[in-house]
Amino acid sequence: MKISMLRRTFLAAMVASFGVMSAGVAAAEKLKVAAIYTLPVEQQWISRIHKALNTAAERGDIEYSFSESVANTDYERVMREYAEQGMQLIVGEVFALERAARKVAKDYPETAFLMGSSFGPVAPNFSVFDNWIHEPSYLTGMVAGAATESNLIGMVGGYAIPEVNRLMHAFMDGARAVNPEVKFLVNFIDSWYDPPKAKESAFAMMDAGADVMYAERFGVSDAAVERGIKAIGNVIDTSGDYPGTIMASAIWHMEATVDKAVSQVAAGTFEAADYGQYSFMAYGGGSLVMDESLVDAETVAAVKAKETEILDGLFRVNVNDQRPVSDN
Amino acid sequence: MMDLFNILVTESFWAASLRIASPLIFGVLGALICERAGVLNLGIEGIFVVGAMCGWMAVWLGAGLWGGVLVAALAGGLFGLLHAFLTVPLGLSQHVSGLGITLFATSVSYFTYRTALPNVSSPPRIEPFQPMDVPILSDLPFLGPVLFQQTALTWLALLMVALVWYVMDRTALGVALKAVGDNPDSVDAQGLSVYALRIWAIVAGSAMMALGGAFLTMSAFDAFFFGMVNGRGWVCIALVIFASWRPGKALLGALLFGAFDALQVRLQTEMGALVPGQVFLMAPYILSIVALVIAARSADYPRALLTPWFKGQR
Repeated sequence: MKISMLRRTFLAAMVASFGVMSAGVAAAEKLKVAAIYTLPVEQQWISRIHKALNTAAERGDIEYSFSESVANTDYERVMREYAEQGMQLIVGEVFALERAARKVAKDYPETAFLMGSSFGPVAPNFSVFDNWIHEPSYLTGMVAGAATESNLIGMVGGYAIPEVNRLMHAFMDGARAVNPEVKFLVNFIDSWYDPPKAKESAFAMMDAGADVMYAERFGVSDAAVERGIKAIGNVIDTSGDYPGTIMASAIWHMEATVDKAVSQVAAGTFEAADYGQYSFMAYGGGSLVMDESLVDAETVAAVKAKETEILDGLFRVNVNDQRPVSDN
Repeated sequence: MMDLFNILVTESFWAASLRIASPLIFGVLGALICERAGVLNLGIEGIFVVGAMCGWMAVWLGAGLWGGVLVAALAGGLFGLLHAFLTVPLGLSQHVSGLGITLFATSVSYFTYRTALPNVSSPPRIEPFQPMDVPILSDLPFLGPVLFQQTALTWLALLMVALVWYVMDRTALGVALKAVGDNPDSVDAQGLSVYALRIWAIVAGSAMMALGGAFLTMSAFDAFFFGMVNGRGWVCIALVIFASWRPGKALLGALLFGAFDALQVRLQTEMGALVPGQVFLMAPYILSIVALVIAARSADYPRALLTPWFKGQR
């Protein structure tokens, strides 16, 4: 009896304190943003979103909370929970639950959703984005195509989904543009997170003669370092971790996308839209970093000329979402 | 067909096979020790994660590579002790306890990692074990690259095969260990402690499993990631049946799986345009199942496996 009384008092106190806490939050002027990730925030793709949201939070624009490693099967529940808590903007990735996520958005028309997705936006509140960095990927392809001596480039990917395939194809197009002889070895490990396996795939490609590696996953650059060959980075800049190995990287900046969405929500003008373009180079959503000490001057000049063309809207990189395969 | 032959004769293929097999060798030996003593340890997947996390983190904190190996083994042994406590004196379901250990050990590792490193964009890297360069031996044709350019941990794995074989087949301890998994009453009648033998076997086996995890972060790679164990522990549970609980065959099974995996990577690269890549990715697992079906028909299970034993009860 005594215990149950105690417990009831405790529960009441808990409820009361939660009430006070949420009241405190409501008093603040900041936009309430939640992010839901299916993988840890270390994962390359997610780390870019996490970084952009943290930057916005540090600036004082938003109040940022997030859940990482949420299973796809649990994702819908977490979306609803954040929506119920009164989050104004929910950011995340719905590649494995496209239909279900859109249903949730429909149930919470007052909440703005900005989701990584392979499909389109849904009015009134479901916007989509993705890492559309095919432009810098094309440029890194030019670097790789000029660098290979065996005319064989190895590419190790996670899963063959549109956002991965697209960047790989842009890279391949860039390499072919400067070197018509170039051939590719392509492999997927069907995991976002198995560096030893990615490393083994890379070793196998080097055994087959590849002398430049496209490092879509962690582990590939490590293999390149071990064998003393060059690699191309993707999404994040890892050149500091692998000095003398990463010739160039296509970097994704999520800031442009996040800032745009945050300002729209704050102004009350958020609409369902495809935010993909904010990852383009013209919006500062994608960029090229190149280690000019590892790339010959002629290629550097050619790449920079092409970069200017892209920024000026004079060159459009082709988009191809099909699974890439090895040349035989 | 010619391609396949060309792959199979290259030294780099066999070097890769041994490299891929190394963590599995530790894992199969660990599972073998536990099961020989009569206790199934499904905590293996989680203990792999613990080993991967603790070994790497110890090195990162400055313990040195061998210090990291030791820490990983101790951490694995600790979770083994928990499993042993639940399954031996308490006699609880070995399946349920083992799966619980896997969930618990995995979560504790992730929790520890995130608490220690709340704000990292990519996990800190350590200087891992490097491939050996043994004078003369490393330069031998074929054998050099396959055997003598591996890291020290791969050698440790091979050494452990010999050690486990020796203890099992050549020492009184081995006889007692096998007996406790076959007929614990006879061990009890000899005046030996069934509890002590089983508990220590599980602790030792779990420490061995943790070394498999440590291999991933300290030799195969140089950092810890969530989810990087990726089912390797479960594979060992199948391999131990394939091995009929014998260390020599455990080595063979691990190597076979490693070879299948090394092969699928190469075939996928070469033939990805003709056959969906997933076919190759699942090949090692399918071939393990096939091998298991063949081997398990004649498998000589430890007779008291999964059977709890209580003192004074017959």
